[in-house]
Amino acid sequence: MLYNRIVVSVQTVFDHDRIFGALADTTRRDIVRRAIDGREGVAQLAEHYPMSFAAVQKHVAILERAGLVTKERIGRRKVVHTNLEGLRMARRLLDQYEELWCERINRMTQLISETKETHQ
Amino acid sequence: MTVIAVRKDPAALTMILEAEFDAPAERVWQLWADPRQLERWWGPPAYPATITSHDLRVGGRVVYHMTGPEGDQPKGYWEIDDVEPPRRLVFRDGFANDDGTPNTEFPESTARVSIEEVGRGKTRMSIESIFASAEAMEQMLAMGMEEGLKQAAGQIDAILAEDRGAVAEG
Repeated sequence: MLYNRIVVSVQTVFDHDRIFGALADTTRRDIVRRAIDGREGVAQLAEHYPMSFAAVQKHVAILERAGLVTKERIGRRKVVHTNLEGLRMARRLLDQYEELWCERINRMTQLISETKETHQ
Repeated sequence: MTVIAVRKDPAALTMILEAEFDAPAERVWQLWADPRQLERWWGPPAYPATITSHDLRVGGRVVYHMTGPEGDQPKGYWEIDDVEPPRRLVFRDGFANDDGTPNTEFPESTARVSIEEVGRGKTRMSIESIFASAEAMEQMLAMGMEEGLKQAAGQIDAILAEDRGAVAEG
């Protein structure tokens, strides 16, 4: 179990960075919202924004690498679909990091009280 | 419980943790400055840390490994950006390869530690952790950290709420 905890904390820093980096852009956040029902392909998504198809395609690729959207084939079309689990994970990551540090603070407190006892 | 406050800003990639200790600032500083004490709190009990190098000067490094129950030894390092004993320590914290060089697969995070006596023998310590790769940071600065990133937090919540609504309707 403790072994898992370490793996989680390593993974946390990594995913955290990618997910928030991907969400740190207005267009990408808007794509994530539009793609919840997963009906539009990249070309259709691109029509919503005052930018080129290539630019929107780039944004979708960044979201895809962060695990926030996936491309799914429906018949001959490819649609962009939001991965809600990826989004929820973003909310959990900081909680895990908080726990890691709270445990460290507890050990610090323990250490300080131990040295006090030996001095008394 | 000595942790008195935790503030998290998921969109700004920041966590600030405040703790209060029943000890003078110099004693709290020793938790960081003495490698033998640092070893006793950095890693969890089942993953004790061994500090192999410890130089708390600007540009200096702390190198450590942890030893797991299976004998596995994940390695890490700090790179010191600012230090003012016993008040302040700023370092980048990252994972290391077996030879101690930074493992660039994992981004570094920055920690700013402030230690301040608040009277009656008590000392307050705050730790601010900031995560960002250089790339993510540039991107954030370019779009205006304050506005853009505060929105992101609210929007994640809004998106999740919308999804719950859709599930309820369907």
